[in-house]
Amino acid sequence: MKETPLSNCERDFLLRAIEEKKRLDGRQTYDYRKLKITFGTDYGCCFVDLGQTRVMAQVSCELVAPKENRPTEGILFFNIELSPMASPSFEQGRQSELSVKLNRQLERCLRNSKCIDTESLCVVSGEKVWQVRVDVHTLNNDGNLMDAASVAAITALCHFRRPDVAIQGEEVTVFSPEERDPIPLSVYHMPISVSFAFFQQGTFLLVDPCEREERVMDGLLMIAMNKHREICSIQSSGGIMLLKDQVMRCSKIASVKVSEITELISQALLNDKAARKAGGKCGFAESMPQDRITALKMDQTDVEMTNVSQTGSGVILQGDEAPPPTVPSPVVPVPGVGQVGQGLQSWGLEEEEEDDDDEEEEKGYFEEEEVVILYPETTEKSK
Amino acid sequence: MAGIELLSDQGYRLDGRKATELRKVQARLGVFAQADGSAYLEQGNTKVLAVVYGPHEMRGSRSRTLHDRAVINCQYSMATFSTAERKRRPHGDRKSTEMSLHLKQTFEAAVMTQLFPRSQIDIYVKILQSDGGNYSVCVNAATLAVIDAGIPMRDYVCACTVGFVDETPLADLCYAEESGGVSSLALALLPRGGQIALVQMDARLHQDHLEALIEAATTACKGVSKVLDEVVRQHLQEASVLTGE
Repeated sequence: MKETPLSNCERDFLLRAIEEKKRLDGRQTYDYRKLKITFGTDYGCCFVDLGQTRVMAQVSCELVAPKENRPTEGILFFNIELSPMASPSFEQGRQSELSVKLNRQLERCLRNSKCIDTESLCVVSGEKVWQVRVDVHTLNNDGNLMDAASVAAITALCHFRRPDVAIQGEEVTVFSPEERDPIPLSVYHMPISVSFAFFQQGTFLLVDPCEREERVMDGLLMIAMNKHREICSIQSSGGIMLLKDQVMRCSKIASVKVSEITELISQALLNDKAARKAGGKCGFAESMPQDRITALKMDQTDVEMTNVSQTGSGVILQGDEAPPPTVPSPVVPVPGVGQVGQGLQSWGLEEEEEDDDDEEEEKGYFEEEEVVILYPETTEKSK
Repeated sequence: MAGIELLSDQGYRLDGRKATELRKVQARLGVFAQADGSAYLEQGNTKVLAVVYGPHEMRGSRSRTLHDRAVINCQYSMATFSTAERKRRPHGDRKSTEMSLHLKQTFEAAVMTQLFPRSQIDIYVKILQSDGGNYSVCVNAATLAVIDAGIPMRDYVCACTVGFVDETPLADLCYAEESGGVSSLALALLPRGGQIALVQMDARLHQDHLEALIEAATTACKGVSKVLDEVVRQHLQEASVLTGE
């Protein structure tokens, strides 16, 4: 389905608001939306909510033959599915530009930065290695799928447990989870991507654009870093021209954001570990809000409320004089037709009128430009 | 990675260059008479052919026509014989599509598309021999082809891939250096204003080194722009001699 085009007035509204450093949901320029991480019942399944953007990542593994030029390393495979569930403009099965872009960015962010020790995934050199596959499904698109997907992918990889194997000579035994506890993957570091949207040819910058902001942006800069301040990937997209200082500034902001997000992920992993140990139920069903009256309750967003009355009165003082509390009285050219308002002169109905009496009366009204209070005089005149 | 030393103690790289030296650039404009613009560029051992058609009427999906500017359509493909092992899928796989998107993005920023509303400009790039810095050489070749086609651009678009080894930025990486796990940054620049049309970096690099790397890339791109400028002027001189001016 083709995307509904954005109307010009909405576009202008968004751009003007951004010029005045205001965002639709009341965030500051460098603020992220609320990030919520929940886990599914299986190891390696995690859901990430970034505001209204929701993605799910699932990690699975199987034994395959390794690549010829790398016989001692396991294989990592990433896939982001853009399903029509997330947005009606996504088409099932078609490899759209956005899907290619997201897939390649995620691959570069996680694979090239060597965040997982692939050598430890080798079982029999040259014959059998583990292929770890990360599938990210987008469930709801409200902007910034890249960041949500990167958080989901790395959290799922940290959460995942692969089956234990034992090698005795030529024989390889894979133990099921009941026989032996599965082993977690060895994760060296956690690369997280931070997206910056640029507006008005690079003059304005926003972190974590929502879907509306993404529609009006000029371009996007994605920086993936880990908490050790190592940059894992930088990618600029869209037809914007950047300056070196902008890139440096973005990388500084990104390092701050990444450390916050990494903290959140570690906390979520710890909570999940504790919950599983305590034997509690954890899964998709538990992470959904309960079916009660409070289910649609939204978290209160903080709005800047200081000096509201002062700024309010300031705005009123600056504005033009208030519209008059009175309204021009309705004019009746023909019985059954009434005209009220400021555009009466240009309607041209008076010239077409054959009724002399009414016409003269109205002409008199317009020349005087008399403004009359609606009650109680109109009850007299509209008879 | 054990074994290969990318930067020796005396400051020489694998192919004998110094850290800031670019590879030898040889280029020709107007290699095809049929196309609107074409160029062949060799940077070291990487050989790229770029062909430009346009601006012409929108072909294919009319719905993608833009009312106020031209649409730029790029296609990047590698010849099957371009790499050490025969490439089974020259185009249509994810890496080629991504590269095409990046080229499109780079040229959308540089070409003055507002002058050609409702039309399409096609840029086709083919790698004949791949020896590192694929994206950068493609951008340089495509710039020459666009100039040959006479399409107005804001400035030359020059690109270079730089890497970071032993606290030193290396300009213009070759394949051996790229695959050695070196953090590489590809930068497409408009030299006069210093504006970056595209920046792309893979592999880990500490934040403190980023500034130095971008600086090195900018300097390398400015060097490339001088070479491209020289090539264009020489071509114009040859053409004017032939037309008898």
